[in-house]
Order: sequence, then C-alpha cells, then structure tokens
Amino acid sequence: MPATALRRNRRPGKHQNLSAAPDPKTPTTPTTKYKVTGIRVLRSEWSKFWTLRSTLITLGVAVFLLVLFGAIASYTYSPDAVATSGPPGPGSSSGDSNAVSLAVTGVSFAQLAIGVLGVLLAAGEYSTGMIRSTLAAVPRRLPVLWSKAAVIGPIALVLTTLGALAAFQLGTPGLDGEKIALSLGDDGVLRSLAGAGLYLGLVAVFGVALGVLLRNSAGAIAALVGVLLILPGLASLLPDSWYDTLSPYFPSNAGSAVYALHQSSDALSPGAGLAVFAGWVALTLAGAAYRLVKTDV
Amino acid sequence: MIEARELTKRYGDKTVVDNLSFTVKAGEVTGFLGPNGAGKSTTMRMVVGLDSPTKGSVTVGGRSYAKHAAPLHEIGTLLEAKSVHPGRSAFNHLMALAYTHGISRRRVDEVIELAGLTSVAGKRVGAFSLGMGQRLGIASALLADPAIVMLDEPVNGLDPEGVLWVRNLLRGLADEGRAVMLSSHLMSETALIADHLVIIGRGRLLADTTVDDFTREASGGGVRVATTEARKLRSLLAGPDITISSSSAEELLVTGRDAREIGAIAAQHGVALYELTPQAVSLEAAFMDLTRDVVEYQSAPADTERKAA
Ligand SMILES: Nc1ncnc2c1ncn2[C@@H]1O[C@H](COP(=O)(O)OP(=O)(O)OP(=O)(O)O)[C@@H](O)[C@H]1O
Ligand SMILES: [Mg+2]
Repeated sequence: MPATALRRNRRPGKHQNLSAAPDPKTPTTPTTKYKVTGIRVLRSEWSKFWTLRSTLITLGVAVFLLVLFGAIASYTYSPDAVATSGPPGPGSSSGDSNAVSLAVTGVSFAQLAIGVLGVLLAAGEYSTGMIRSTLAAVPRRLPVLWSKAAVIGPIALVLTTLGALAAFQLGTPGLDGEKIALSLGDDGVLRSLAGAGLYLGLVAVFGVALGVLLRNSAGAIAALVGVLLILPGLASLLPDSWYDTLSPYFPSNAGSAVYALHQSSDALSPGAGLAVFAGWVALTLAGAAYRLVKTDV
Repeated sequence: MIEARELTKRYGDKTVVDNLSFTVKAGEVTGFLGPNGAGKSTTMRMVVGLDSPTKGSVTVGGRSYAKHAAPLHEIGTLLEAKSVHPGRSAFNHLMALAYTHGISRRRVDEVIELAGLTSVAGKRVGAFSLGMGQRLGIASALLADPAIVMLDEPVNGLDPEGVLWVRNLLRGLADEGRAVMLSSHLMSETALIADHLVIIGRGRLLADTTVDDFTREASGGGVRVATTEARKLRSLLAGPDITISSSSAEELLVTGRDAREIGAIAAQHGVALYELTPQAVSLEAAFMDLTRDVVEYQSAPADTERKAA
C-alpha cells in the first residue's frame, strides 16, 4: 500500500492523545490543526441556535408574551377584583398582587414558549436526523448536551430578564396612584425580575434536557406541560398534610418562589426555590446525558 | 483504514450484522454491496459510532472513532438517512459542522463549490431536490479533508452528470491515497468505481474479493459453439476440467476453454464453425446468484400481480 505512506504515516494509538499535543502524523497536510474542543462545540451550538427561523420565532414569542401579559395585567389591575387576571399558576399563587407579581404574569405563558424552544433545539435534531451529523462530528456526545444547555440557558436568561424589566416598566404607568405601585429601585424588585429571568433560563435548559431524554418533540412538550402545569394540580389530590409538605418542592412551585417579591408562608425562599428547581433540571439533564451516551441514534 | 473485526449488531433478537470482518484499505475504493436489508447502513453507522456493536469492534485509522481528536478529519461520512436540519441553509449547516473542528469558512466555501452548490448555498436545505441533498451530504463528508471517505449509496438520486462526478471524485480521492468505501446495490455501477468488493447478505460476509477477480469469475459462463460437426468437435475439445454440454445436435456449450482456444482447435482440424460466443454472465447476474439465498425482501414474480388484478 504505497499510497498510505503518501498521505500520512499513522501509528495507531499506543497511548490516547488527550492532551493538546498534535497527533504524531507526518506533516504532509497543513490540516492537522483540526481538533474538537469544548469551546468549538459551544461555538457550533451557538451558530445552530441562531440559524433556524423556528428558534428565533419561538424566542420572540416567549419574550413578547412575557412583556405583553405583564403590561396588560398592570393596566387592568383593580384593587377590588379578586386575584389577578392571569391564569392560575406560578406568579399568581402568592395571593395578593403587587407590582412585581403583575409584571411577571406573563411567566406562565413565556415558560411554555421557552420550554418548547429548548425542546425544539434538542428533539428537533432527532426528528430531522441532524443529530447524526452532530454526533458524527462530536462522537463523545456529552459536550453537545452541555453546549446546548450553555447556549440556550444564558440567552433565555438575558432576554427574559430584559423582558421582565420591560414588562415592569411598561406597567408602572398603569399602576400610577395605586397602593401597590413600586419602582425599580424598591427593595427586592430587581431581584424578583431577575429571578423571573433566571427561572426561565432554567426552564429552557429543562426543555433541552427533556428533548434529549425523550428524543421526540411531541413527547417532550407533553412532559414539559405536564411537569410545569399539570403536576401541581394533580398533586392537590394528595392528602392535605402530604400536599402541604411536598408542594413547595414541585418544580413550578419552587420556580415561582424564585421570582416572588414576598415569600409566602407555604413557599420556599427565593434561594431555596432556585436550588430546588435547579436540582430538578440537573436531575433531568443527568437522565438526558445517560440516554445520550448509552443509546444508538 | 477501516478494520471491522467480528462486528455484530442485534436489534432485539434480529441479528442484522453477523460476525462481519473486513478491511478498507487506503488508496483503494472498496465497494460495499448487498441486497436491501443486508446490513450495509447499519455497519456504516457502527463505523462512526452512531450505533454501538453488540459484539466485535471496528476501528478507524487504528482506533475507535470516538477516540480521535478530530474525527471528521479521520473519516468523512455520507449516511443513508437524512442528517440535516431542513430549516437551515446549506452554508449554515456546513458552518455548524466546521465550527466543531475549527475548520475555516474558506474550506466551507471550497467544498460548496466542489459539490456544485454555490448557487443554492443560502437556500434552506428543506427546499433541496434529492440530488442536491446528496451533494450536500458529499460536501459535508469532504469538509474536514478526511483520510477515509465512507458514502452510503452516494449516487442515489443523482443525475448522470452527478453520477459521473461522484465516480471521478472517488477515483481521485483514492488516487490521493485516501481510503474510500461506498455502498450500493448495483454491482455493475460499483464495478466501474471500485477496486475491492465486500459483499454481504443478511449481515454475513459473502465475498471479500477484488473487482477483477469477481469479473473474471463472472465471465466463466462458457462458450457457445455451433457447428455441423458437433460430435467431432466434442471429442477434440474434451479434456480434464472441461465440460461440454449440448442442447441441440449442432450446438455445444463449452466451459473450461476460452473462445480463442476453441477457434484454434477447430481451425487446426478443419471443423467449420458458424457460431463462437462467449457466454458472459453479467456482473449483476453473478451478484444476484451470490446473494440469492440471502435476500431479505424477495419480490414476488411480476405475473402474480396480473393474476390478482
Ligand atoms: N434501529 C433499528 N431497529 C431495528 N431494526 C433495524 C434498525 N436499523 C436497521 N434495522 C434492520 O436491520 C436490517 C438491515 O438494515 P440496513 O439499513 O443496515 O440495511 P441496508 O443493507 O443498508 O439496506 P438498503 O440496501 O435497503 O439500504 C433491516 O432489516 C432493518 O429493518
Ligand atoms: Mg442502506
């Protein structure tokens, strides 16, 4: 096989080449600089995120819902009405309304859009077959999962935090003169609004994890809706004493504690809520990582 | 170089690839043939680690695929199943793959041009025709300048110009010293491109041979001779390892001697021949013969349909 020598003279790995040292190839081609690194996989996932129209639309819808419902809730607020105009769920579970809880009314809707975004980013690769190209390029597989999470989490966090701020600011004139009016500088307001962004950033990662775990958009979206919206309702069928003990730890309840202005008596503190919700996400990610590495694609 | 050793894949209790060993060498085009469902695509997925073998192993350039620092630089692959997100443009798709390996934008443009996709590089892949999708797949296989190129039915969906392009491309890649492996069901098409043949059926190795040997064996179909002196010629041609049969009084079918020999012998003894025809078995027929017992999806004879209608 004289042709082999012509191109490269390979010594099949006596020791695995884990360091950055170049392969012991003969330098016949100037292309030996090619190498997969964590940063490069991240760069690739970043580019994939921004080059799909469906991704951009879903992201836009999420932020739009967040701002729209927050602002509307503030404008339609009347102190006499019971509860808020939003649907039951996170954001309105803490009883009395305040300027922040009104501003984050849209989280209930935005979390679905953001979660779906995560699902599409991950499960969409399976339904289209793109995953085969992706994993052929990164056969160690796990960097793909981490990179997807590391791309979508911060993007969702930043944009939805801005969205929550915008909702609050847009809603402020609507609450002009009301007892519950607050300004950005007031105690806990910024923390709560950033908390909403943090929660939604984690929801996005949760969506990615579900997508990689279930490999199917419809299934993963169903699971997302089930966990975030239906689980708390189902759990109310539990005996009261159990429910009271367990309910703060449900993903959506722990999550809503992150962006509540005042900690309600039956909820976790923002920090604890964040830890618990992040724990759920981490658990799902671990399951996704296991399936990603273990099963054929 | 690809080396498969006792490669086995089971899905449930169905053994799809069965104890398969073969080698794809550098500087050669290896044709990977087998009827539908023989396990070609499954084998190729195992080569790049998308499916893991139930037993056995396969290495690429001496190690398992996932252990390479730059896997796409070792082996570029075109898979049978669609492996592209239809919502992304061809350029962005290639760019996303390029980023993982630190491949430059210039190289991306280069393979786009090589594959003849320049005018549609910005279009959504979902709008591509079958052939354009295939060209994109070939472009991504070549993206990282791989030492091995492995293509699953590359000419599927290509027009004659495209088929010729692939044929010349693969020949060129092998001549540069790369290992090329391509799967196909078409023996005659593969024989034009390949040097080496690995033929499988029901996941098992049926033949590991060169195209030349296969062709030589295929043409061993005997020589048909027609003469008025059949009986005389028969005794002249007889010998060890030579079989002669006849279907009519003036016809002989001779195997073991080629047409030239037969003609010479006949001339020497003044036997007039009025037909002397080598009975070439087509490559396709030889292939079907080889795989007859192992075809997974046997078609019913065409006339049963008419009966049913
Ligand atoms: N993921 C899977 N699960 C179960 N069975 C599978 C799977 N993938 C392939 N098979 C089965 O394995 C067999 C071999 O399939 P494969 O696609 O490898 O054949 P092939 O030689 O590429 O066929 P073709 O020429 O039609 O492309 C088929 O019977 C197929 O049904
Ligand atoms: Mg196939």
